[in-house]
Amino acid sequence: MNSIVKSVLELEVNNHAGVMSHVVGLFSRRAYNVEGILCMPVGDGRSSRVWLMVAGEARLEQMIRQIGKLEDVLSVRRHGGHEVFERVEEFFR
Amino acid sequence: MSKDATQKLTGSQIAVRLLERQGIRWIPGIPGGAILPFYDALSRSKSIRHVLARHEQGAGFMAQGAARATGETAACVATSGPGATNLLTAIADARLDSIPLVAITGQVATSMIGTDAFQEVDTYGLTVPITKHNFLVGSAGELLQVIPQAFRLAASGRPGPVLVDIPKDVQNERIEVGEWPEPGRRDPPPAADAGAIGAAVALIGAARRPILYLGGGVIHSGGSARAVELAEKAGLPTVMTLTALGAMPVDHPLSLGMLGMHAARATNLALEECDLLIGVGARFDDRATGQVSSFCPEAKIVHIDIDDSELDKIKTARVAIRGDAREVLERLLPGIETNAREDWLSRISELKADFPPRMPGSDDPRTPHGLIRAVAGRLGDAAIVATDVGQHQMWVAQAYPLRRPRQWLTSGGLGTMGFGLPAAIGAALARPERTVVCFSGDGSLLMNIQELATAAEENVNVKLVLMNNASLGLVVQQQTLFYGGRVFASRFGRGPDFLRIAEGFGWRTLDLDAASDPGAALDEAFSARGPVFIQVRIDRDAQVLPMVAPGGANKDMIGD
Repeated sequence: MNSIVKSVLELEVNNHAGVMSHVVGLFSRRAYNVEGILCMPVGDGRSSRVWLMVAGEARLEQMIRQIGKLEDVLSVRRHGGHEVFERVEEFFR
Repeated sequence: MSKDATQKLTGSQIAVRLLERQGIRWIPGIPGGAILPFYDALSRSKSIRHVLARHEQGAGFMAQGAARATGETAACVATSGPGATNLLTAIADARLDSIPLVAITGQVATSMIGTDAFQEVDTYGLTVPITKHNFLVGSAGELLQVIPQAFRLAASGRPGPVLVDIPKDVQNERIEVGEWPEPGRRDPPPAADAGAIGAAVALIGAARRPILYLGGGVIHSGGSARAVELAEKAGLPTVMTLTALGAMPVDHPLSLGMLGMHAARATNLALEECDLLIGVGARFDDRATGQVSSFCPEAKIVHIDIDDSELDKIKTARVAIRGDAREVLERLLPGIETNAREDWLSRISELKADFPPRMPGSDDPRTPHGLIRAVAGRLGDAAIVATDVGQHQMWVAQAYPLRRPRQWLTSGGLGTMGFGLPAAIGAALARPERTVVCFSGDGSLLMNIQELATAAEENVNVKLVLMNNASLGLVVQQQTLFYGGRVFASRFGRGPDFLRIAEGFGWRTLDLDAASDPGAALDEAFSARGPVFIQVRIDRDAQVLPMVAPGGANKDMIGD
């Protein structure tokens, strides 16, 4: 981990092929690195929850608005800090 | 869902029926292997006519021309692989100018996807960044949701292109259809925040030197008349972006015409002095703002846009209102007090008098501005005006007296050379009662010249005015001004004989350079229905002036 403050985004998305490429494409085409991604289906599997760890840059607010426009994204929340990535750290040792 | 007797139909028949139900009456495209089942179904449609383009990019721009001229979502069709990749430029262009478009592509059979099958390309992946949304259809049954949804998404909110990629096996799959979905229509726009509207009214009332800044969203929302009403009521000098030209008649006393890189100097100087900028359906594009830190340095900003990711993107707004431009204008109007604003408007008149628009040779139809004026004088306000991209485009933007919304079709955001001819064909097919004039350059025209064949075959009422300087003129101009005069790779050594080419494609032609009376020759060319190709040689060193250097501040203009 470097010293840049990380933000965690929590997205509810439709669960089908292509949704992840829509989401991460918004970042990659702006040369904005996504540091961490976790995604699992929730409930009956028609939707998924995506956790993204990204640098908390000034343009993050703009990114959140862009994510909100994606048709397959049902909601997006920004967390200042969140334990989700800490709890899976043991799989990355 | 409307009830119908249950029928067993293929995916292709379903897709065609859904397009019919959307009100599509013609569709441009090119067939190929992976879209042939769809074409077979289309051949039996009684209400959709197919227009055979000569390149898929031409088909995409024909659909765009129709959508731009009418405001209705248009569709186009292509096969997999190269058919789809050829469409990409027209789709990206629609995205940047917010044009409602539904592109339908064939795809290799589901079982072959990912095997590098013949004419397979990842159309879905390629179109993620250039569409509003895209679909890879998994079954014939899905088409019943996907196609209406594609039309709904294309037209809703900020309009844009949607792509529907249909594998060949899905086109052939046969299913029972009992009920048909309602056609996809534009969602009602989000209601604008009343508090923000009140705050905007207060800022407009308190401002001493306000300017109204109209963008393409004003045209898309059908809000042009309301924008003019607001300007008149509140005494607002008004600037327009390239894509908003026509929203306010350019000869309206409050109009300052286009802003930005090729604006009249008075327009950019007025923006320099304004204390309130009211942006409506505009996105502060760099060709409009120039160096952002120097744009309207004294102004508070009211920004109205249906896309909230545009608000505060480039400039932070004092009041940001998310909403449909027309609806917000309608809600602003009752609160606005009538204001003659004499001091500010007299300052504007002073600027206009000090820096009159630069139109050299506007009485001589053999100069760029004079030619455009001569054409405009003969065609009047009813004609639709399309352009390609380059010097001719900027001259037309400066000199053509655009007076109504949807009169003007030009590639703004993407700046696509090759846009003009196919867009003009599409507009002529969608608005057969109107004359469509397409101004082009010799560089741009060559990029989609094959559509001369489509135009002749369809006998569209397109008058193509080729301003031929045997150059990539805007490149020459930038090299001359900003690269030490090192003109490189931008002069055509040996240009083709365009008149013979046009004749070969079946067009009537006019060589205006050879006409003893150019005015009479134009009269004659415009009096005949059908395609006419008019060529004029333009001075190879003529420049579009004034000009702001790319990245420079708008107040620092080159040329008088």
